[in-house]
Amino acid sequence: MSSDAAVINEFKSQITDAKQRSACIRIRGGGSKDFHGVSLEGDLIETKDFSGVTEYEPTELVLTARSGTPLKDIERTLEENNQILPFEPPHMGSEATFGGCIASGFSGPRRASQGAVRDFVLGARILNADADDLQFGGKVMKNVAGFDVSRLLAGSFGTLGLILESSIKVLPKPEVERTVFFELDHRSALDKMNTLAGTPIPLSATCFDGNRLAVRLSGSEIGVTAARKKIGGETTEESSYWESIKEQTHPFFEAEGCLYRLSINPTAPIDQYDDALIEWNGSTRWIWNNGTLSEHQEFANQYGGYATVFRGNRLGEPINMMSPALQKLQQKIKISMDPDGIFGKKRLFTEF
Amino acid sequence: MGHSERDLNENPVALVDKQTIVQELLSVLSAESVKYETEDLTPFECDGLSAYPQIPMIAVLPENEEQVCKVMKICHKYKVPIVFRGAGTGLSGGAIPYEQGVLLVLSKLTRITHIDSVGRYAVVEPGVRNAAISEATKMHKLYYAPDPSSQIACSIGGNVAENSGGVHCLKYGLTVNNILKVRFVTIEGDIIEIGSEGLDSPGYDLLALVTGSEGLLGVVTEVTLKLLPTPEKAQAIMASFDDVEKAGHAVSDIIAAGIVPAGLEMMDKKAINAVEQFIGAGYPMDAAAMLLCESDGSVEEVNSEIQKTTEVLNQAGATEITISTDEAHRLKLWAGRKSAFPAVGRVLPDYFCMDGTIPKKALPNVLKRIAEMEDQFQLQCANVFHAGDGNLHPLIMFDANEGDQLHRAELYGAAILELCVEVGGTITGEHGVGIEKINQMCVQFDNHEIQTFLNLKQAFDPEGRLNPGKAIPTLNRCAEFGHMHVHRGEERFPDIPRF
Repeated sequence: MSSDAAVINEFKSQITDAKQRSACIRIRGGGSKDFHGVSLEGDLIETKDFSGVTEYEPTELVLTARSGTPLKDIERTLEENNQILPFEPPHMGSEATFGGCIASGFSGPRRASQGAVRDFVLGARILNADADDLQFGGKVMKNVAGFDVSRLLAGSFGTLGLILESSIKVLPKPEVERTVFFELDHRSALDKMNTLAGTPIPLSATCFDGNRLAVRLSGSEIGVTAARKKIGGETTEESSYWESIKEQTHPFFEAEGCLYRLSINPTAPIDQYDDALIEWNGSTRWIWNNGTLSEHQEFANQYGGYATVFRGNRLGEPINMMSPALQKLQQKIKISMDPDGIFGKKRLFTEF
Repeated sequence: MGHSERDLNENPVALVDKQTIVQELLSVLSAESVKYETEDLTPFECDGLSAYPQIPMIAVLPENEEQVCKVMKICHKYKVPIVFRGAGTGLSGGAIPYEQGVLLVLSKLTRITHIDSVGRYAVVEPGVRNAAISEATKMHKLYYAPDPSSQIACSIGGNVAENSGGVHCLKYGLTVNNILKVRFVTIEGDIIEIGSEGLDSPGYDLLALVTGSEGLLGVVTEVTLKLLPTPEKAQAIMASFDDVEKAGHAVSDIIAAGIVPAGLEMMDKKAINAVEQFIGAGYPMDAAAMLLCESDGSVEEVNSEIQKTTEVLNQAGATEITISTDEAHRLKLWAGRKSAFPAVGRVLPDYFCMDGTIPKKALPNVLKRIAEMEDQFQLQCANVFHAGDGNLHPLIMFDANEGDQLHRAELYGAAILELCVEVGGTITGEHGVGIEKINQMCVQFDNHEIQTFLNLKQAFDPEGRLNPGKAIPTLNRCAEFGHMHVHRGEERFPDIPRF
C-alpha cells in the first residue's frame, strides 16, 4: 500500500507544482489515443505505474481498477470469469490502459445494442486541480446521489482531472456469437440496419464496409440460431472481422489523412457519403479526406448530430463544432472543474 | 431524513414583491395558468413525499416552451427562486415548493411531438406520462424501456430530473441510458440542445450531467427518447423461499449462471403480506421472501432462459416456483410488485420509502440489521428490493399523528441510509436526494466532493436560485449536521467553522 500512496503523492505533487508554475499537465496511460485531439500540450503525468484491479466480484457485475491497468489485463480477468466489457472498447494500440479507455470514451461495435463507456461507468476516484482525492458515483449498479461526475469524466480526455480509479458495470459473455453477411449496396445496407435494429432479435453489431453488411448476433445458442434463421444472410468464418472494425485495421481504415466521424440520425441519407463505412445501426458514419469539418457539420446539423475529426487533425485546428451557447456551457464545466486550466489544455477545444 | 424543522432557506434571496411578479407573469401566461391565491396553491404543497408541505409564493403552468422561457426570464429579472414540478410523484421531495419562489409546473406540456419508427426514437414534451410513450409506440412494436413503479402517473421530465429507474433497469438501464437528446432552458431563459439524434456528441457529456440533476441546473422542455423493439415474449417466474438469506444467494446464483434477467425483484414477508391483502396477486403468504424474475426476448430465448433460471432457483432452495402461464398472469404477478408502496400505505397511514443501493453480497447482513432496528425505533419496516441491481426500498411504516412516530421514522430512515454507505453502497439508487436525504449527502461525500458539485451547479446557476435547498447540501449544513465523513481513514472538514 505504501507504494500506492507514494504514486498518488507523486501525482499530487506534480499537479500542485504545475499549478504553482501556471503550467499545464497532460495525463497519459499508454498513449494509444494520442492521435485524437486538437493538440497535445503540457508536462506528462504517466499513469502506468498506478495499476491493478482493486475490486472484482463477478456476481456483483462490477469491476474497479486503477487507471494504469492495461486494458488487455482487464479483459483477460473478465474472460476468465466469462464476462466482458459491454462497450467493447477499441484499444488502438497494445499499450492501451483502463484509464485511457474511460477518458477517451471510445466504444466499439457493441455500442448501439449495449451502450457506451459512459453507460457503464458507475464511479470514479480522481485527483482534481487542487490535488484533492475525490470519489464520485460508487461501486454499485444504481446511484443518483450528487451530480453524475463519473459519467462526465468518460470522454473528457483527462481535461477535468486525473482519474485514479474507475468502477464499471460488466456483463456475462454471450454464450455464442455469429456473424452473417449480406451483399448489398450502401442504401439498402442502411435500410436493413435500421430494420434489423427495430426487430426483436439479439442483435449485437452492424457494419457496412462498402461491399457487405455484417450483422452480428449474440446470446444463447437457441436464441441466436432462431434469429439467424429469421434474418437469412451468408455465414462465413471471419472471426477477426469485428476486431478489425473495432481496432480500425480493416482495409477501409488503411488510408492516410483525415478521418471524420459523423454521429447522426440513423436514417440520415447516405448518398452524399457513398464511400463511408457505416456502423452502429446507421448512426455512425466514417469518412476519409472528403470535405471539411464545417461542411460535414452542416450536413450533420440537418440530421440532428455532429461531425468530429477522429484522426489526422491538423495541429491546433478544431475537431468539432457546436453552437456558441453550447460551447460556452462546455467551457463553464471545464472552468468549474479546473479553473486554472491545468489539465489537458486544448485537447478537446481550440479555446481551452 | 431529519426535516421536522424545515430548513430550505439555505440560499438567502432578495425578498420580491409578489404583486409585481404576478403582473409580469400574467402578461405572458393566461390567467388560469398563474396561481397565487392560497386555495389554488394548496394542491402543489408537496410531491410524493408528503411529510413536509410548503406552499409556494406563485405557481405557473405554462403551455409551451416559449412560455417556459418567458417565465424563466421574468424570474431571472427579479431574481426569484424557481422549483420545477412534473407530475409530483417524486419520493424525495425534489418538487416541494420554495416559500419565496415560483413553482414552474410542466404538466401542460403533454405533446408527443414525433415518433420515428424507423429511426427508433420519440420526441416528447416533459409532461408526457412515462407509460403514455410505450402506449403511443405500441403500434410500431417499439417501447420505451425505463418503467418506474409510478409509470402510470409520473412524467418524463421528472424521470430525466431524477434519472428514474424501474424494475427492468438491470438489463435496459436507467433514464440516462435511454435518452438521446434534451432541449434545456437555462436560468437566463435561453434554449440549449444537449445530446444528439446519433448515439453521442462531442465535448463533455452534458446529457449525463443534466440527467438526475434534480432541477438544480435548468429545465427540460423536450426529450428525445430511445425506443427499443418490443420483445416477442416476456415471462415471469415467482419463487418462494423459507429464508431471506437463501433468496439473496439465489440472486447471485442467477447472475453467476450468466443470466441477466429483464427484471429481478425481491420482497420480504411483510411486503408480500401487505401486497397480497391489498390486491391478491397470488403471492405466497407463508414465504419468508420471494423473487420475481422476468425473461424477455424471442420465444426461443425466453424458453431457454426460463428453463435455465428455474434450475438455478431450484438448486438455490426455492420452496415453490410459479411460472406465468400467459400475459394476464405475468401482469398480475407484476401488479403486486408495482403496488407494493400503496399496499404498505394501507397498513399504516404514512410510510417513508428508502432507496439505498448496496453490493448484493451485503444483502443478508443489511436486512438483518434493518430488522434489528425495528426494535430500536419501535416501528415496522417492509422491504422490497430491485435485487438484480442491489437497490433496496425499505418501507418504514408510521402514523405521523401518533406521538413522535414521524421523528422516529426519520431517524430510522437515516440509520438505514448510513448503513448503506457503510457497506459500500449509496443513499439513493433512483429516487434522488431532494430534501429527504440532503443530510446523508454529508455522510456519503466529503466537503471537497460537495464543493465540486457546488462548482458545477454554479456553472449553470451562479446565484443558487434553481431548486434551492435540495439535492446538494451547503458545506455549512454538513458541518452543522455533524456527521463525520471518514474518508480513507482521514477526518475531513478541518477547514469548516463549526456552529
